[in-house]
Amino acid sequence: MNIVRALKCRECGHEYEIEPTHVCEFCFGPLEVVYDYDKLEGIFTRELIESRPQTMWRYKELLPINGEPTVGAQNGFTPLVRARRLEKVLGVKELYIKNDSVCYPTLSFKDRVVSVALSKAVEFGFTTVACASTGNLAGSVAANAAAAGLESYVFIPHNLEQGKVLGAGIFGTKIIGIEGEYDDVNRLCSEVAGKYGWAFVNVNVRPFYAEGSKSLGYEVMEQLGWKAPKHVVVPMASGSLCTKVAKSIKEFIQLGLVEDNGTAIYGAQATGCSPIAKSVKESTDLIHPVHANTIAKSLAIGNPADGYYANRIIRESGGWAEDISDEEVVAAMKLLAETEGIFAETAGGVTLGCAQKMIESGKLPRDESIVLCITGNGLKTQEAVVDAIQKPRIIGASLKEFDALAEADGVK
Amino acid sequence: MSISVRIPTPLRKLTGGADEVAVEAANIGELIENIEAAYPGLKERLCDDAGEIRRFVNVYVNDEDVRFLDGRTTVLKDGDEVSIVPAIAGGR
Repeated sequence: MNIVRALKCRECGHEYEIEPTHVCEFCFGPLEVVYDYDKLEGIFTRELIESRPQTMWRYKELLPINGEPTVGAQNGFTPLVRARRLEKVLGVKELYIKNDSVCYPTLSFKDRVVSVALSKAVEFGFTTVACASTGNLAGSVAANAAAAGLESYVFIPHNLEQGKVLGAGIFGTKIIGIEGEYDDVNRLCSEVAGKYGWAFVNVNVRPFYAEGSKSLGYEVMEQLGWKAPKHVVVPMASGSLCTKVAKSIKEFIQLGLVEDNGTAIYGAQATGCSPIAKSVKESTDLIHPVHANTIAKSLAIGNPADGYYANRIIRESGGWAEDISDEEVVAAMKLLAETEGIFAETAGGVTLGCAQKMIESGKLPRDESIVLCITGNGLKTQEAVVDAIQKPRIIGASLKEFDALAEADGVK
Repeated sequence: MSISVRIPTPLRKLTGGADEVAVEAANIGELIENIEAAYPGLKERLCDDAGEIRRFVNVYVNDEDVRFLDGRTTVLKDGDEVSIVPAIAGGR
């Protein structure tokens, strides 16, 4: 059942028909998909959801497409891991990792938003899809477009990690490196979108695209046994994920699928690009754009589109925001890998490192449930840790040489 | 004093197609009032009901966002260039 009502301006409330557009013509505010939830009453139950395949589409009534998805039907439903070893290190009672570093098919949570955006683009009749990206989105658009037989153009900053360039190029997409930062790429893409008539997932179909992030929140609640967590820590680039996790929880409460647990939302950024965290820490809602300088390139958006809304969600929910140095990012990536066997990208290090800092400062309580959202895979950002890990010790293929090494290690 | 104001494409319908207009004003608040007097309808596009500049409308004085100057009381001097730029919604 399609319960989408309209696109609605988040600022002035003007409503628009469902079409590929993202900005209010009157006040330039961003448009958001709104729904008639009443129509789902008594129909959209835990039993119905549980009876469906384990993909993000088991919540399809709350995603803005008509009927069945045409792109990315297998995406989503990643593990929620109880992080018992990390609990001991951090000194907390109940900690979970939502592990989107293994999201199908391109190992980041972008596969969620892209499957919604491209399914919608197909509905609208587009045959070419495109995006402005810091890397993960480029790979996801390229892969999902390839699988759906769509043409794609992806625009990235020219200095991205090799793993992300390769992870998009392999799919035969047309990959364009822009001399400049992500914010320059984004500005160019707005102009290209206006001129070429393509579906830019994060420009003209952004209202639909962004809704895909809600599936991460739905999954967390179902995996916790139909319960909203007390605390969620989310990495922030544009700030969109933060707002959509909050929306997912609100929707499940409204539909009677979970009880209101007073969930507090926390945002994580790298200090080298922390305009949202800074605004929260300074108790203002003015976001001062910055020039990004951090190894957490997937979070390096200096002028975050949803910064104001993320700020408001964090402060109204009783959460907080934090930022950490690049050195702390690397240390947290290693900690996550060594305690839980999860190799997250730099953004994952940001999330864990900021959580750690907020636990130590008392902003995150030690005795209530905490969920960390890990949104991308470390194999794509190897440059960040290559000098921080132990190199193999090279020996000859002789037992004698290994015995000497074992003895030096104190192995009996 | 005369201030030149750059008008973005979506608002040019209200300025008879002009991409730049000249307005007398000593500060940003006055500039908005005077621009409204010359081109009725512009103010409601730029400001909310409380008269504050809308969140997704950026007003720059010589390349600095007035939010980070003194907002509507930002003082203007002869030769200043004011640009009205809708924020670009986008994101990773």
